[in-house]
Amino acid sequence: MIVRISGEGQYRLDDGDKDRLNELENAVVAIVEGGQEDGFAQAFAKLLDHVREQGEELGEDDLSGSDVIIPPADISFAEAGKDFTGEGLIPD
Amino acid sequence: MAGLTGRMSTVVKAKVSKLLDRAEDPGETLDYSYQKQVEQLQNVKKGIADVVTAKKRLQMQESSLQQSVVKLDTQARQALAAGQEDLARTALERKNVAQTELQSLDGQVHELEDQQQKLIDSEQKLRAKIEAFRTKKEVIKAQYSAAEAQVRISEAATGVGEQMADVGLAMQRAVDKTENMRARADAVQELEAAGTFDDVTQLGSGEDDIDRQLKQLSSQPAVDDELSKMKAELGAGSTAPEAPQISSGESQPSESGQA
Repeated sequence: MIVRISGEGQYRLDDGDKDRLNELENAVVAIVEGGQEDGFAQAFAKLLDHVREQGEELGEDDLSGSDVIIPPADISFAEAGKDFTGEGLIPD
Repeated sequence: MAGLTGRMSTVVKAKVSKLLDRAEDPGETLDYSYQKQVEQLQNVKKGIADVVTAKKRLQMQESSLQQSVVKLDTQARQALAAGQEDLARTALERKNVAQTELQSLDGQVHELEDQQQKLIDSEQKLRAKIEAFRTKKEVIKAQYSAAEAQVRISEAATGVGEQMADVGLAMQRAVDKTENMRARADAVQELEAAGTFDDVTQLGSGEDDIDRQLKQLSSQPAVDDELSKMKAELGAGSTAPEAPQISSGESQPSESGQA
């Protein structure tokens, strides 16, 4: 599974990581939908860190497409409200 | 399931597939894709140049405001020394407004620097992928049958297309940010154009509109504070009797850097 962090790069993760990713994403979504701005940065960072730590970064000349694209690390809470709705991280 | 990246993925994929739809013949697709990629790279360069221009504009305003702060501080001291407390207060009010604007500009300059760096990184990544695509394009042309080539092309172009979409997003965010900042820069320019930070000794008697507005814009407690500090300094200085000529207080560093 290839995950892109927008504005940063692409990472290859085990397919077995899917559940954990979804879990972390759901936490972020819940925070965004609940309007809890305070907890947002931390929850989002947790998701990003998981991808960075568990994933192996692809080379710059790798032409693989991504299965999942995560918004940029520096998005604001307001921007997140726009991106974090709709279909899931890994579409059912 | 509710989504975080679903929408982003969808948007990006739609953009990528648009790129691929344009040509049916594999050779044409390859060349068309490559041409688009190179064009996009030029756009990124232009985007970086725009950010740099916006940053320079803010920096010029910063240095002009910086000069105003120093000048107003000096004038406040001179006015106070001459016993013109009202004039000193006016100068300090203006200085206070200038400092507030300075701080805000400073934050914006840093943010633009950040954007600039991100775009430079993105450009480099895109360049690497385009280069890889160019190599792969020749391999595909040489090695595969038409049907097979189509599949390989889609794969390769998807990777580049995704990077292009990603860079496009970064540029859009940079443009949005510089536009927000332009509004702020224009506001500062209006203040300057209205003579806000001009020589206070040129003021006529009586309070004009600018003064009334400045009273509202400036932080009165901060102005009061600075005024009494300045008085204390001057008081201490004036007790030193017969200090000849150039006032010794002038050589002390002012606190103009802080709001």
